[in-house]
Amino acid sequence: MSSVTSLVQSVDWLAIAPPTIAAAVALAVLVADLFLPAARKPLLGWIATAGLALAALSLLPLLDGHRRTFCLTGRPDVCSYAADHFALVIQFLVLAGALLTALLSVDTIKDHDLPTGEYWFLLLSSAAGAALLPASRDLATLVIALEVASLPAFALVGLRRGDRLSSEAALKFFLSSVAATAVMLLGVSFLYAATGNLHLSRVAHALAALPDPRLATLASAGVALTLVGFAFKTAAVPFHFWVPDTYVGAPLPIAAYLSVVGKAVGFSGLILVTVQGFPSYANVWGPALAVLAALTMTVGNVAALRQDPHRTHSAVRLLAWSSVGQAGYLLVPIAAAGYAHDPAHAIGSTVAYALMYGAVNLGAFAVAALVARTSPAHRIADYRGLYARRPLVALALGFFLLCLAGLPPGIIGLFAKVTVFSAAVDAGLGWLAVVMAVNVVIALYYYLQWTAVLFRADGAPAAETPRARIPAPLTAAITLAAALGIALSGAPQLVLRFASGALL
Amino acid sequence: MNHTAMQILLAGAVVLPLVGALAALLPAPPGLKGKNPDQAVLRHGVTVTAVVLAASLALAAGFDRGHPARMQATTDISWIPALGIRIHLGVDGISLPLLVLTALLTFLCALYSYFKMPTGPSPKAFVALLLVLESGTLATFAVLDLMLFFLAFEMVLIPMYFLIARWGGAQKQAAAWKFILYTLLGSVVMLLGLLLIGLKSGTFDMVALATDNGPKAQLSHTVQLIAVLAVGIGLAVKSPLWPLHSWLPDAHTAAPTVGSVLLAGVLLKMGTYGFVRIALPITPEGMHTLAPYLAALAAVGIIYGSLACLALVRKGAKGDLKRLIAYSSVGHMGFVLLGIASMTPTGVNGALFANIAHGLITGLLFFLVGALKDRCGSTDIDTLAGATGAALYGRAPRFGGLLAFGAVASLGLPGLAGFWGEMLAMFGAFRPAAGLSRPAFLTFMALAGLGTLLTAAYLLLVVRRVCMGGTLAAGTAPAADTAAPRPAAPVIPDLARYEYAAWSPLAALTVLAGLWPAALLGLTNPAVQQLLGGGK
Repeated sequence: MSSVTSLVQSVDWLAIAPPTIAAAVALAVLVADLFLPAARKPLLGWIATAGLALAALSLLPLLDGHRRTFCLTGRPDVCSYAADHFALVIQFLVLAGALLTALLSVDTIKDHDLPTGEYWFLLLSSAAGAALLPASRDLATLVIALEVASLPAFALVGLRRGDRLSSEAALKFFLSSVAATAVMLLGVSFLYAATGNLHLSRVAHALAALPDPRLATLASAGVALTLVGFAFKTAAVPFHFWVPDTYVGAPLPIAAYLSVVGKAVGFSGLILVTVQGFPSYANVWGPALAVLAALTMTVGNVAALRQDPHRTHSAVRLLAWSSVGQAGYLLVPIAAAGYAHDPAHAIGSTVAYALMYGAVNLGAFAVAALVARTSPAHRIADYRGLYARRPLVALALGFFLLCLAGLPPGIIGLFAKVTVFSAAVDAGLGWLAVVMAVNVVIALYYYLQWTAVLFRADGAPAAETPRARIPAPLTAAITLAAALGIALSGAPQLVLRFASGALL
Repeated sequence: MNHTAMQILLAGAVVLPLVGALAALLPAPPGLKGKNPDQAVLRHGVTVTAVVLAASLALAAGFDRGHPARMQATTDISWIPALGIRIHLGVDGISLPLLVLTALLTFLCALYSYFKMPTGPSPKAFVALLLVLESGTLATFAVLDLMLFFLAFEMVLIPMYFLIARWGGAQKQAAAWKFILYTLLGSVVMLLGLLLIGLKSGTFDMVALATDNGPKAQLSHTVQLIAVLAVGIGLAVKSPLWPLHSWLPDAHTAAPTVGSVLLAGVLLKMGTYGFVRIALPITPEGMHTLAPYLAALAAVGIIYGSLACLALVRKGAKGDLKRLIAYSSVGHMGFVLLGIASMTPTGVNGALFANIAHGLITGLLFFLVGALKDRCGSTDIDTLAGATGAALYGRAPRFGGLLAFGAVASLGLPGLAGFWGEMLAMFGAFRPAAGLSRPAFLTFMALAGLGTLLTAAYLLLVVRRVCMGGTLAAGTAPAADTAAPRPAAPVIPDLARYEYAAWSPLAALTVLAGLWPAALLGLTNPAVQQLLGGGK
C-alpha cells in the first residue's frame, strides 16, 4: 500500500493555475458554443478574453517564484513543473500576448465569418500549451506542451474556409512543423537512451558524466536534433520557410499570435533545453546558435527589405520577414549564454527583448488589422496618408515601428537592443555584434520607410466616405500596446531588470 | 545662484523642448489661437525656444567661471539599474558654450521660420520636430553617461530625417536617406564601442571614466584601441571626417534653410564634442595610437573640402552655393579634428573654439544662402552671377555686405571668430603631444596651412562672383536696365526686419569671439587641461 501512495506525486494546483485556467476556459467555451444561439455567439469572445485575463492574474500569487510541483516522490528536488521567475515572465508574455490577440480577434471573427466556438477553443488551447511550456522541466512535458501549443495553431491558420491561401498556408505550416517535431522527438529519444533520464536537471547531470564515453556521439546528436524542433518554432533560418506564406494565409490576429506567442514558445524551449538541459554541451550549441542567429537576422531583414510596397499583402509579408529578423536578435543572447560564465544573465536579455517585441509587434499587427478593414489588400502603399486620416493611429504605428527599429522615440526598443548587444559583447561574440549592427541598419531602412509612408500626403483627394468608427476591442488593443510601449520607454527598468537578475 | 536652481535650469533646458513638441501637436488653447493655427504653432515654437535660450543664458550666468573644469549643475539619478544607466547631467567649460550655441541657433531658426516658413506640409509637425531636435542636441551636450549620450545622439536622427525629407528642396528623399543611413551605420558601431568601454570598465559614467577609467582596472591598450576605433567611426561620420563625409553635401543642399543651419551649426558639433568628451579622456592610449591617422584624414579633408569648393565656384561649373558652403564645412571641421588629434591643450582648445566659430559663421552663411534662394529662386552660382557677377552689393547692399562679412569670417580673417580656432589647431599640430610623430604632424600642419590659402581663394571668388560684378546699368541705377546688353537682374529686397533680428546676433558674436577670444578660451582651457591630464 505504501509503495502505491509513494508513486503519486503531489500537485500544487495554485502553481499550475495559469495553464490550467486557460485550458479549462477553452473547454467551457467549446461546450458553451453548443448551447448558445447564433446571435449570442460574440459572448464567447468575452468569456475567452476574461479567461485569459484570469489566467494572467493567477500569476500574481506565484510571484515569489519558488513553487515547484510534480516532483519525484523519492527526490523532491527533481520536478517536472517549476513556477520560477523565468516561467512566470514567459507565462505573462504568452497570456498577455494571447489576450491582445483575443482583442484583435473579436472583429476579425465577425468580419470574416469564422466559426466562433472553434476559434476561441483553439486559441485558448494553444495559449494553454504555450503557458505550460516555459514551466516544464522534463523533456516529455516539453514535447507535449509544444504540441499542445502547435496543433491548434495549424487549425487556426486554416480556419478561413474556402480560402485557398488559408488552407495552403495551414498545410505548409503543418507539414514542416510535423517534420520538425519528428526530428525533435528523435533527438529526445537519443538523449533518453544516452542518459536514461527525462528531467532536465538529471539530463544535465548525466550528460556531464556519461556512463559510457561511446554514448557521447549519440548524446550530441540528440542535443542537436532537439534544438531543431524549437528552432523551427522560433522561425530560425533555415526553418523559416513556412513563415511568410503562413502569415499571409492565416487570419491576421493568428499571424500576430504566431509572431509573438509562437516565438515565445520556441525560444523559451530553446533556453530550457540549452541552459538547463545541456550546459555541458555549450561548446556544441553555443556556436551553432550564434551562426543560426546571424543567418536568421540577415535572411529575415534582407527579405523584408526586398518587399515591394505596392504588392498585395506586402504589409503582412514585411511583418513576417521582420519577425524572422527579430527572432535572430532573440537568439543572440541564448548563443551568448553558451560562452558566458553566467548563462542566466545572458538569457535575461532575450526575455527582456521578447517582452518589448511582444508589446510593440502586437501593436503593429493591431494597426494592420485596423487598416485592413478599409483596404483588405494589406499593401504598405495603403498606409499612405494615414496620419491625415487617423493621426493617433498613425502616431501609434510610427512608434511601434520605431521601437522595432530601435530608434528614439522608441527608447525601449533601443535599450532592448542595447542589452542584446551587451550580452554578445560580454560573451566575446564581437563578430555577432557587428553582424547584428549591420542588420539593425538594414531593418531601420524598411521600418523607417514604412513610417515615412504614414506621414506622406495622400495623393487622392480627401475621401468622401464618412470615417468608420474604430471597433472598441481594436482601440483597446492598440491603446494597450501603445501604453505599454510608452510606459516601458519611460521606465525601461521594468523589463530590463530581467537582464540583470538571474531568472533560472 | 544655488545648486538646485542650476540643476533645474539644465534639466529644464533639456526637457522643455520635448514638452513643447508634444504641446505643439495639440490644438492651441483658447487665448493663444493667434490669427490662424499655423501662426499660433509657429509662435509657440518661438516662445519655447526663447524660454530654453533664456534658461541656457541663465545657466551661463550662474556658471562658476572660477572653476570651469568642475562639472556644475549636476543631476545624478539612477534610471535603468539593470544596465547601470544613470541620468547624469552636468555642464563644464567644454559643454557650456555648445549648449548656449544650440539654444541660440534653434531660437534664431524658430524666429526665422515664424516669418519665413519653408514650403512643405503643416508647420505643426515642423515645430514639433524642431523642438525634438533641440532637445536631442542639448541632451547630447548635457549628459554624462555613455548610454544616454548614445540615446541623445540617436534622438536627432528622426527629426532631422523628416525635416529634410518633408520640407527640403530637390532630391530631398535621397538626401534624407543618405543622411540617416550613414549616421546610423556609424552610430551602431559607436554603440558597440561604448558597450565595450562600459562592460570592461564597469561603468558608463563619463566623469568616473575620465578620471580613473572606472571601478575595474584600467582599460587595456587593445580594448582602448578597439573602443576608440568603433566610437571614432560613429563620431567621424557625424563630424564629418573625410572620407565619411559624402552624406553631408547632399543633406545640406536638400535641407530647408533652418535644417542646414542646425545641421551645420549644431549637429556636426556632436561628433567633435564626442571626440573631446569620450575619445580623449576615456581611451587616451587608443587615441594616442590613432591620432596620426585621424590627423592625416583631417588634413586630407581640409584640402579636399577647399578643392571641391574651388571646383564649384569656377565659371560654368554649375556649382550650387549651398553645396559649396557644405563642402567648406568639411574643410572647417577638418581643422577641428586636426586640433583634437594633436592631443595638446592648445590644439583641443583651438578645436573647441573653431567648433563654436564654425557654428556661428556657417549658421549665418546658410541663413544668407537660404534667403538668397528665396529671393532669386536659385543658388546656382552661374545662374546667379550671369556673365559678370550677381552684384549683390548693388542690388541689395546690406545683404551683400553681410554675405561678404560671412565669407571673410569663414576664411579666417584675424579679428573675426574664424581665425583663432584654426590658428590654435595648427599651433597644436605644430607641437603635438609627446610620443606623436612630429614630422608627420608638421606635414599635416603644412597641408592645413595650404588649406587656409585655398579657403581664402574660393571664398574670395564667391564674394567676387556673388557680391560684386553686374552690368554697368546695375552699378548706376536699376532704372537704366534697357541700356544693358542683357536685362539687368531685378532689384531684390534688402534685409527685412526679421532677418536683422535673426542674423545680427550671429554677426555680433562672430566679431565678439574674434576680438575677445579669452572669453571662450578661459572657459574651455581649464576643462581641457583636466581632461588631457587624466582628470587630475
